[in-house]
Amino acid sequence: MRTVTYGQAISEALREEMRRDPAVFVLGEDMGVMGSVFGLTKGFLAEFGASRVIDTPISEAGFTAMAVGAALRGLRPVVEIMYVDFTPVCFDPIANQAAKMRYMTGGQAAVPLVLRAPGGAGRRNAGQHSQSLEALFTHIPGLKVIAPSTPADIKGLLKTAIRDDDPVVCIEHKLLYAAKGQIPDGEHLIPLGRADVKRPGRDVTLVAWSRQVGFALEAAGILAGEGIDAEVVDLRSLVPLDWDTLAASVRKTHRAVIVQEAVRRGGYGAELAAQIGEELFDSLDAPVKRIAGLNVVSPFSPALEDLTYPNPGTIAAGVRETLGRQP
Amino acid sequence: MNARPYGCEDLLRFYREMLRIRLFDLKAAELFAQGRMAGNIHTYVGQEAVAVGACQALEPGDLITATHRGHGHCLAKGGRADTMMAELFGKATGYCRGKGGSMHIADLGLGILGANGIVGAGIPIAAGSALASKIKGGREITLAFFGDGAANEGVFHEALNMAAAWRLPVIFLCENNRYGVSVSIDRVTNTADIADRAKGYGIPGVVVDGNDILAVCEAVAAAAGRARRGEGPTLLEAKTYRHRGHYEGDPQSYKPAAEIAAWKERDPLDRLKKTILAAHPDAAAALAGIAAAVEAEIAAAVRFAEDSPYPEPATVTSDVYAADNERSVAR
Repeated sequence: MRTVTYGQAISEALREEMRRDPAVFVLGEDMGVMGSVFGLTKGFLAEFGASRVIDTPISEAGFTAMAVGAALRGLRPVVEIMYVDFTPVCFDPIANQAAKMRYMTGGQAAVPLVLRAPGGAGRRNAGQHSQSLEALFTHIPGLKVIAPSTPADIKGLLKTAIRDDDPVVCIEHKLLYAAKGQIPDGEHLIPLGRADVKRPGRDVTLVAWSRQVGFALEAAGILAGEGIDAEVVDLRSLVPLDWDTLAASVRKTHRAVIVQEAVRRGGYGAELAAQIGEELFDSLDAPVKRIAGLNVVSPFSPALEDLTYPNPGTIAAGVRETLGRQP
Repeated sequence: MNARPYGCEDLLRFYREMLRIRLFDLKAAELFAQGRMAGNIHTYVGQEAVAVGACQALEPGDLITATHRGHGHCLAKGGRADTMMAELFGKATGYCRGKGGSMHIADLGLGILGANGIVGAGIPIAAGSALASKIKGGREITLAFFGDGAANEGVFHEALNMAAAWRLPVIFLCENNRYGVSVSIDRVTNTADIADRAKGYGIPGVVVDGNDILAVCEAVAAAAGRARRGEGPTLLEAKTYRHRGHYEGDPQSYKPAAEIAAWKERDPLDRLKKTILAAHPDAAAALAGIAAAVEAEIAAAVRFAEDSPYPEPATVTSDVYAADNERSVAR
């Protein structure tokens, strides 16, 4: 095992897959000479050359659609959209082209494309650089969506996503890039659609993904001191969803608290709450609860941004409420 | 129309391919009006010289992206009339197994990367296919068919810019049929020629008579040569006209009757027929034979479509994903 950052894990995944398969190439804004604004592709241009490490103009719709065209021809493009907030600029190639080609052509076409997009708040980046938009993508049949929370998970899942024959949206969190974690040596692959129980517990299931997994674990630590034993299920992959792991946890704890950074209304947490309510009603001892971002535009001022999103304290408070405990 | 570089067999082949499109779409329109097809269809009647002229100038390994008005592109690139008719009927034997319909015909084996229901969307997909050719080092080129309406979409400009900057082996072929549904191009565009936009991206822009198949063929051949030599893209604008409505059932009340009549005088099939007979007076029998053969092909296509089964109910959830389809569709 080694200790690397989440950002280094992404670099390793990209580099290993580009070395393994000449069909893999990266494109996006500032990916080549600069090595990406987050430094994830530093050294790639020298190693792989300009035909596989492509600095695009600021034309998200155009180059994402070009990646779809290249994928139709059997290449495996990895597109970076600098901020997930920019994906609405290129929603047609993602939602109408990449996602639908296989079905609309009766199974003839494959679009083995990965779209990496950093999202998330906490950097005081305000309304157009702080969103969590995973629900836009989970809503579209034909897309797969991953949102890993640790270096080991992002490396293993990103490598699998690149080898997958369907378009995969990889939601990364900007504030995780510097987070460190243990990573296995050698080849490391994690199948899509397999959740990871990051902390076992008996009393309540905390369901989270991306940066909120760390907050859920911190909340579980706070709650442990109060005699509450929380289980933390890191979904890692939103589509496909590891329903079996999630359902087993809820059947055991009889309570589900879903944590998402995205705004509450219409989030992926609402989908999970609906599925748990429909299928596990008899197992529940309390209503399914969502801890989520406020239904607002991400504010700039730290004084306001910190009020907008979940944190370990608000997650712990939500769990107490679900359990009927006083703080 | 200068027939000199082409032999009689070439010209007859061109005519046959154009007639396949004409009769396919007239038959589809007739069946649609009878309520024997669902959804909606956009016919290519009047524009046949563009698709056939372009595809006759391409090599078999070359690729195309098509549009919502794509029946002609598919047939011109070698597509089957029966398989496409079956798709229009929503049958399991169709190009897309009944899942795509008129606007999503694709045959990847023939290099048809797909018609598209989103105006302009095929333009950057074609550029991406050309990028793949450049990365792979292949000699094949890609041609994007699109209309005048698509030339006002943002991705047209983005794709032209990137294809020009990276000298991609792609041809952008604008079929200017003068109308985006009901809106005439001169009401929403400040220049007479779409081809002028090429100047902004540092590539050749060429206007061609889109109802003259030989002119289209020559222009595409020149652009293809340029693309294959690594000299980059060309923007071609074929001036043409759709005889029928945007969709079947569109009464075209927005078009002046005199305009329609004037363009029908310039019908691309009539013009080619005159050219053939002028250069080869003894070709009348061959032309009649072609007409009979194509009529039989289209009639057989309709029978095939009608006799084919609808898709099995279980297929409604297949093909969303390659693997893990069941789980990813369920939740």
